[in-house]
Amino acid sequence: MPHLTTYLGLADHSEKTLAESLRAVADGHARVADVFHTCRMLADWSQANREALAPVVERYGEADVEEPERLHAAGLAGAREGEVGLLRDLQDLHVLATLVQTTWTVIAQGAQGLRDPELLEISQHAGAQTSRQLTWLTTRIKVAAPQALIVAP
Amino acid sequence: MQFYHRTEGALMTDRIADIFGTRTPHAKGTVWPARVDQHLDPGVEEEAVDSWVQSACLLCSNGCGLDIAVKDGRMVGVRGRATDVVNHGRLGPKGLYGSTRWASADDRLTRPLVREGDRLVETDWDTAMGRIVERSKALLEEKGPLSHGFYTSGQLFLEEYYTLAVIGKAGLGTPHMDGNTRLCTATSAAAFKESFGADGQPGSYTDIEHCDALFLFGHNMPETQSVLWARILDRTRGDDPPRVVCVDPRRTLVALEAERTGGVHLAPRVGTNLALMNGLTRELFVNGWVDQDWVDAHTIGVDDLRSTVEPCTPEHVAEICGVDADDVRRAARIFGESDGVLSTVLQGFYQSHQATAASVAVHNLHLLRGMIGRPGAGVLQMNGQPTAQNNRECGADGDLPGFRNWDNESHVKELADAWDVDVMTVPHWAPPTHAMQIFSYAETGSIGLLWISATNPAVSMPESARIRKILGGDQCFVVVQDLFLTETAELADVVLPAAGWGEKAGCYTNVNRTVHLSEKAVEPPGEARSDLDIFLAYADAMGFTNRSGEPLIGWRSPEEAFDAWAAVTAGRPVDYTGLSYAKLRGPTGIPWPVNDEHPDGTDRLYADAVFPTDTDYCETYGHDLATGGTVTETEHRAMAPAGRAFLKGAAYTPPHEEPSAEFPLRYTTGRTVYHFHTRTKTGRSRDLDQAAPDAWVELSPADAHERGIEEGDWVRVTSPRGAIEVRARVGNVMDGAVFAPFHYGHWEPGSAPGGSHADADRRLANELTMTVWDPVSKQPAFKTAACQVTRVRAGDGPSPAPTTAASAPSPDHDFPLSRRPRATAGGGPTSSTEPAATPHYPLDPALDSSEGGR
Repeated sequence: MPHLTTYLGLADHSEKTLAESLRAVADGHARVADVFHTCRMLADWSQANREALAPVVERYGEADVEEPERLHAAGLAGAREGEVGLLRDLQDLHVLATLVQTTWTVIAQGAQGLRDPELLEISQHAGAQTSRQLTWLTTRIKVAAPQALIVAP
Repeated sequence: MQFYHRTEGALMTDRIADIFGTRTPHAKGTVWPARVDQHLDPGVEEEAVDSWVQSACLLCSNGCGLDIAVKDGRMVGVRGRATDVVNHGRLGPKGLYGSTRWASADDRLTRPLVREGDRLVETDWDTAMGRIVERSKALLEEKGPLSHGFYTSGQLFLEEYYTLAVIGKAGLGTPHMDGNTRLCTATSAAAFKESFGADGQPGSYTDIEHCDALFLFGHNMPETQSVLWARILDRTRGDDPPRVVCVDPRRTLVALEAERTGGVHLAPRVGTNLALMNGLTRELFVNGWVDQDWVDAHTIGVDDLRSTVEPCTPEHVAEICGVDADDVRRAARIFGESDGVLSTVLQGFYQSHQATAASVAVHNLHLLRGMIGRPGAGVLQMNGQPTAQNNRECGADGDLPGFRNWDNESHVKELADAWDVDVMTVPHWAPPTHAMQIFSYAETGSIGLLWISATNPAVSMPESARIRKILGGDQCFVVVQDLFLTETAELADVVLPAAGWGEKAGCYTNVNRTVHLSEKAVEPPGEARSDLDIFLAYADAMGFTNRSGEPLIGWRSPEEAFDAWAAVTAGRPVDYTGLSYAKLRGPTGIPWPVNDEHPDGTDRLYADAVFPTDTDYCETYGHDLATGGTVTETEHRAMAPAGRAFLKGAAYTPPHEEPSAEFPLRYTTGRTVYHFHTRTKTGRSRDLDQAAPDAWVELSPADAHERGIEEGDWVRVTSPRGAIEVRARVGNVMDGAVFAPFHYGHWEPGSAPGGSHADADRRLANELTMTVWDPVSKQPAFKTAACQVTRVRAGDGPSPAPTTAASAPSPDHDFPLSRRPRATAGGGPTSSTEPAATPHYPLDPALDSSEGGR
């Protein structure tokens, strides 16, 4: 199952990227109290998904994803400044989380084909958590957008 | 109509020393007996009073009906209304001593002020309003309506909130409107919306007469609503009393009553409420105390809730919360085995960590047992302020008028049609902006005009050094309208003198949904104007019009504003269509909904177990309790709630700031019974001021001993954000917790404007609190900071803390003679009279089953 292991590696790697990026945005916008606290909490969720996946990776083995290389997304090295900067950072997080979510969808499909209930439950739970991350990001983007676009200094 | 006769020589009481007055105990299921409390200024005889003017108390959220005594054009005292359903004639110390004194204080604002450099100078109304309008129009031209923010109060009148809501939402079109209700009551509203689909208090005060158990969650009722607590004491001291369960980190009077009635006092570590609630919820499941048929018929989400709370065994809870596992079991058993439980919730939950989730968990307990909508089984999510409910209803805060859903286009269109404006004028792309975000926008200048009415954020908001900088900076033009030159007004660019309670007419609604009319008793001083008139003057000057080219605001008087408001509530849960000023001039306040179906009002909601959760009707589609992410209309529709309530759970997470080596204690703030908010009114009553004249901090005997601190010593309390220096009370907080009253800014009664005593700059409790808020209700957390306490110098006597309520000295500490606290007393004489016959209280469920009290 070479491609399943590729995707397990992708899930692990993209959750790691998302968690790091969430922390970078939290630190970069530490004065925005809800962004600071929520992004850190969501980073912990991504970390928890990786930990839940670990025993399955042990079982199947994780490909150190060479192929398909282009699926890898680079994380946010640092946060941008100001209200528009926050908006762009939240958008980037949304892009990263979308990659994570579709990765869990692919793995859940694979788990059904493999009749692997443990992997199915892990991937469905992780996908649901990713949906909650995406929901918050969308909510926060919608709240921030008008002020950032129209009035922000 | 005369329902009682005054007896010769009514009982005279010092209500500073005796907060609740004499008991009138009665048996379960009978009417709470009436008792008329009265206070007149020294030297004023009852016979000399010129007139008594109908009103309701404005010094806490209880909403006691009263009459204002007027003599020679001045307010000189108050008398409780025996016929009012809320208080049956009683008043508390704040109402008795604090209602009228401020009005004739010699430091009232009587003329507008404008900033000239670093000074505020007196001017006329045209000049002051001219400056506001000039700035307002310039900002609209340059940046549009999102440059405007309004920060109101829980103390304006319904007519004023509604008028401002229309100005903001339909005249300007800004979403940046909120009130200090965000600090006191936002979680109450948010929790209702999450569980039941819309705001609205399910229970009634009459539940007190019928319950078998009372659960007070983070609610120090004896100090926050003393008359309501008197009502409870009259049950717990009567026949067949209810058991009391108290959740509070302090050993309050509620905790003592819990011990006395065979209930339980649970003192969870500050910030761990949700862990405790999840433990109690789990006990209901594992012990079979769930009414499965009712839950199946009337709720959604029970399976998810069961799995959320599954890990929360009593032992697990005990570890997190620092409570006894068996106490958790005992409390859950009382909930699980009582026929009727009444729960009340306040700031210990609302202003703490995971506020909405913990408050929703109270609903869950009731829903799991089907304990809602019948006498004795209900929930009272309390408010902090007397008119907070109206801000929630009228939409001058983070809501739309009439409990409408900002995310429902047809709800927004109803408002736009009522106001005759384009639907796109009314901002509804997101929920209205919450207070903390408004101040963040003002911080950067993104909001360039911030208009603050009847509240004092320089003292009341968290991390006050930051708030003062925002208000004092040049990036934002600040308008303040108030009775006095508060700490906030001192920083403003324009200060407008406002008329206060008794100097204007209007209505307000208490925690119990009971609407009262407060008539104008006297003229305001100098050039002070009612808040309604000020808002109307701004609307006139700005020339706001509707689509037909008519003035946007079509009313001039409070009564016309009320009627306009009532009209937009038609068909909504908060239905005022059956109310009018004429109807409200009757013997009692009336609880909404009042309409054709309920012409005399409604004592409790959800008697039919149908909740306002239908997708097209609800006030919100809901939120993720952990993140605040919004549920979409499509998702909501897919759940098909159709009148069923939501059971929503969340896992406990540790608070945002945990104790550390540097800050090993947990800091929490709160209220004393003798003061309201930042003492703007209560500080100007000598009786109240002397009962609690200065700030203090409470430590447990062990924590004080460990630091070499004795009662009355000056101590420094430090958090990562700031420090205060106040005197220490060796008191009744749990070990590891520190309590500070939040009332004390630098203003000192009797001092010249801006003047104060030497230590008054170092006593503001919110110097230490954090800028952090609940993800759903956006209510700031005033109760979860870490701190350290160190001794600064010896005091010369006991601390100024009162000895009467939760601030009482510890019974486990041996106080040296010179530091032994002296009993708090010294209030002027008040009279209490018990009428010969109990008045008739419409809607009171006890009437059918009893002789009507004693």
